[in-house]
Amino acid sequence: MFIEFFYYLRSRGIKVSLNEWMTLLEAMEKGLHHSTLTGFYNLCRAVLIHDESDFDKFDQVFLEFFEGVEYPGEIPDEFMQRLNHPVVDVEEVKIDLAKLGFAPEEMEDILAFIQDRLNRQNEEHNGGNTWIGTHGYTPAGNSGWHPHGVRIGGQSKFRTARAVAGERKFRDFRKDNTLDTRGFQMAFRTLRSLSARTDTQEKELDVDATVRATGDKGGLLDVRYRPPRKNTIKVLLLMDSGGSIEDYANLCSMLFQAAVKSNSFKELHIYYFHNCIFDNVYSKPDIKLENKIPVDWLFRQYGPEYRVIFVGDAMMDPYELHGHDYNWGLREFSDYSGYDTFMRFLKAYPHCVWLNPEKKPAHPGYWFRTYQELEQIFPMYHLSQEGLEDAMHRLMQRQ
Amino acid sequence: MKEKFTGSSQYVASDDLLTTVNIAMTLQKPLLVKGEPGTGKTMLAKAVADALGMELITWNIKSTTKAQDGLYVYDVVQRLYDSQFGTSGVDNIAQYIKLGKLGEAFQREKQAVLLIDEIDKADLEFPNDLLWELDQMEFYIPELHQTVKAIERPVVIITSNAEKELPDAFLRRCIFHYIEFPDEDEMRKILDVHFDNLDEELVNQALAAFYYIRTLPALQKKPSTSELIDWLRALQYGGVSADQIKKKIPYAGVLLKKDKDLEILRRQLDRR
Repeated sequence: MFIEFFYYLRSRGIKVSLNEWMTLLEAMEKGLHHSTLTGFYNLCRAVLIHDESDFDKFDQVFLEFFEGVEYPGEIPDEFMQRLNHPVVDVEEVKIDLAKLGFAPEEMEDILAFIQDRLNRQNEEHNGGNTWIGTHGYTPAGNSGWHPHGVRIGGQSKFRTARAVAGERKFRDFRKDNTLDTRGFQMAFRTLRSLSARTDTQEKELDVDATVRATGDKGGLLDVRYRPPRKNTIKVLLLMDSGGSIEDYANLCSMLFQAAVKSNSFKELHIYYFHNCIFDNVYSKPDIKLENKIPVDWLFRQYGPEYRVIFVGDAMMDPYELHGHDYNWGLREFSDYSGYDTFMRFLKAYPHCVWLNPEKKPAHPGYWFRTYQELEQIFPMYHLSQEGLEDAMHRLMQRQ
Repeated sequence: MKEKFTGSSQYVASDDLLTTVNIAMTLQKPLLVKGEPGTGKTMLAKAVADALGMELITWNIKSTTKAQDGLYVYDVVQRLYDSQFGTSGVDNIAQYIKLGKLGEAFQREKQAVLLIDEIDKADLEFPNDLLWELDQMEFYIPELHQTVKAIERPVVIITSNAEKELPDAFLRRCIFHYIEFPDEDEMRKILDVHFDNLDEELVNQALAAFYYIRTLPALQKKPSTSELIDWLRALQYGGVSADQIKKKIPYAGVLLKKDKDLEILRRQLDRR
């Protein structure tokens, strides 16, 4: 069924809505795919994809579907019916080629080429692998010999869809790549709650509405007010500093820059910790005793409306998370274990997320035990643009 | 079959782009064009209009632009002012309603091209406020109890620099195209359009240098097409010989606008 491509796209995380799908069908009825796989590829991409960061994902999915690598069955008849209007008529090909501006002598070569392909197609009809991943179905080879699809005279603009998709030249645009600070800033902007939505008492003069209302009253002054539109989100950013996180120092500093630059929060406070939080956090990344700030003070100072973002690789010795910190200067243990402290944070702040520059490993080893444990406590996201966006959406939800 | 867009003498469009433009026109949906600055997003609309012999109506979006501005503006203050002096026609509200760019495009007898330039400059809600109007190609003016409906659906081309993300509901209604940065061959064609007689060796060297600079890591702002064109002009006027270009990259300030980037280039050149 044709519809399978739709579900396949969706199952691979390309959010295609029914509306877009209907648009695609409408376009195909109007012949905009030009009966070629290349045309179909271009059409699908134009109609279904709306962000260049999704191009690469789309290329991959398209390849998978049409190469039949992960797609178990054969490409459905109904689908091929739509795609396939074989141009067997050589005269028609000639006309098409002439339209494309080919000189007659060039055409001879191309036609010979097409004829050759056609012959071979007939010979190798069953299970022939000359034709694009169709398990013996010839039609996808459509793009192999339709004038729009074949590589004629080495001109790269007649690349086949598979070649185009196969190049994957939009790889750099993928959102799961870690991007520049602007990408991060964009993600931070998701954290917006305009005070028009919350109830504040203070209001400001609405000049436009006042002018309008006054005009309507024939010049009798009618002053109008409106609630101010300012971001009311307050953010507490807690960053791991030193040790294993150093590998990601660049990435973390980019996040830091983006958070500071985005400048859209009502308040932004940044504190640091090393691996795990016990009774104190630190106001500077060097984690020196003179810069320590008691966690209890944080709880008192910053109310539950703060959004808390932890940044760290969450990798430490399990004893570090569950044991109590021993202070050599004061010769005493911390009041709370790291685990308890994190639980206190969770209790104090309904909106918490953890951003992790380290990707979750396929085979967790010793150092990843705390990773898994912390993942159970906090919603954990990978520190990339996509992960940050997801995290920010999570912070906006009522939990 | 309606008229097709095949590029114009002033504008070199890639095959993909031509296809997409024609898809958007056939489906009568807005075409959203994204791409690096200087890849010719705005020029595209002009080229489409020229090629199809349509009028181009440009709506430049600024950070303060509201969706309402594109539909119509009701000048209450003028009306109030007039009423105090007893000017005739005050009763006629229509006199004080001025159509915006979108309204203008709707009123054209002949199909026009409407360019909504740099839509991402406006407020985040801006695109959502235009959903209905772009879908149905009509809007209602309550002051006049009147509906303005497009006589001929305009070809709508929207450009974005991706400064802000556009809302999903809006994106779903658009045909999307991302203009890639032109490769060397395409760039030659673009240069041919802009220059009459260029020394071939100069172009070869300049392009080599240009694409080399674009590959430099950690550049804050990569030079784009318009900077290349300016740079070639400078090279022509300066009478720089071709063999010096790649070695020294004269007038680098035309290509790179940031001190930091120039510094990076200088360090790279020293290393060679």
